[in-house]
Amino acid sequence: MTDAAYDPDKTVDARGAACPGPLMDLIGAIKSVDSGAVVRLLSDNEQSATDVPEWAEESGNELLELTETDDGYAFYVEKA
Amino acid sequence: MTEEIVIVGAGTGGSVLANDLAERLDTEIDAGDVRVTLVNDGPDHVYKPVWLYVPFGKRESADGRRALPQLVDDRIDLQIDRVTDIDTDAKRIEYRDGGAPTNYDHLVLATGSTLAPEEVPGLAEGGYNYYSEDGAEALREQLLSFTEGHLVLSVVGTPHMCPAAPLEFVFMADAWFRERGLREDIEITYTYPVNRVHGNPNIAEWARPKMDERGINVETFFNAEEVDPDEQVITSMEGSDLQYDLLVDIPPHSGVDLIEEAGLGDRGWVEVDKHTLEAEHADDVYALGDTAATGVPNAGSVAHYQAGVVGQRLASHVRGYPATATYDGKTLCFIETGMGEASFVEFDYESPPSPAPPSEKLHWSKLAYNEAYWLTARGLL
Repeated sequence: MTDAAYDPDKTVDARGAACPGPLMDLIGAIKSVDSGAVVRLLSDNEQSATDVPEWAEESGNELLELTETDDGYAFYVEKA
Repeated sequence: MTEEIVIVGAGTGGSVLANDLAERLDTEIDAGDVRVTLVNDGPDHVYKPVWLYVPFGKRESADGRRALPQLVDDRIDLQIDRVTDIDTDAKRIEYRDGGAPTNYDHLVLATGSTLAPEEVPGLAEGGYNYYSEDGAEALREQLLSFTEGHLVLSVVGTPHMCPAAPLEFVFMADAWFRERGLREDIEITYTYPVNRVHGNPNIAEWARPKMDERGINVETFFNAEEVDPDEQVITSMEGSDLQYDLLVDIPPHSGVDLIEEAGLGDRGWVEVDKHTLEAEHADDVYALGDTAATGVPNAGSVAHYQAGVVGQRLASHVRGYPATATYDGKTLCFIETGMGEASFVEFDYESPPSPAPPSEKLHWSKLAYNEAYWLTARGLL
């Protein structure tokens, strides 16, 4: 797995979940943390690579980093 | 010594499985080598797809209810009680209403979905849903007298039961208001949490043009954060506000607390191997239907097909054979696209859905299946 520059406050492991499960898990996690907190989402669903950046932009939360991992993607999202 | 199989929950998955086992293991049950117990916290089996039609005055909630003893094979021990604790180390369950604690050899969890509208402030007070008997009847009161204004259907939580039902509702409402000459006075808006109108991209791509053709407004990336019942406004975490006159919502869902307390998975969904349906965090525990976190839709057809797989696997365990039956993700749904036409999809883990062209024949097939469902519950269809 690629090393990321961010230390997440919360990690959501949605590997194995079908779409839109990973994004919905991320949204649930963002709801549960304070502003400024970083949530890491792990997903092996290709659709997430499109859905998560689009949602982050729409919702005003910042996608700090998207890294490809051995088995999918890791998204680091900071709550606005 | 009798081998104990306990099924918790007598919805579609639990009932079909119990009847499947009654037939598959009839010899062993009759000989006293196996006992199958089906536990449910009420005396009736409830067929939830009926609720979609209740708000439109087409069906009654009672049409979806039958007494369990009418449906479940006499070989099954039916226990009307609620399970309050599962100890997967001791392989034991406890009951709320006085049933003696039971030791199991094989446990199947089919406890299904519950509604959690309280997770969104104001939702329970401001919205109506057709995801319960009471909810469908309360919505009927509103919908039958709704002649003008803004109807908002908001999908608040996913996963939810019957992923196609929100699309069905707005297609049906559009057609129903048109038939009654009211459509010009009623605006319909559909909101969905992700950037399309359905979680599955193929179904979303198929449905969106139909919504546009029919003048159904769409708001995507709309995750309801709050409802103000006094001002009749629903607000999303993405910053949108929608004023409504009638709010129809698909509330957040969760499983039962029991499952998380037993360490089997979060929010009441059991983490399972999506092919064998065996729990990841306990031995000799299966889950099926909504309860099993497989990623496939929470739909009756899924519970039905999974019940057949679990039935075969349990029979293999009982007889000392390797269990080879697996679930391939098979899902089948009729999708109403109006008041007199419907589509149909069938898909699995490997093959995506491709909705059939809507037709009157498929609409009648859906209604016919809703009647024939009781044969499914009995394990006959």
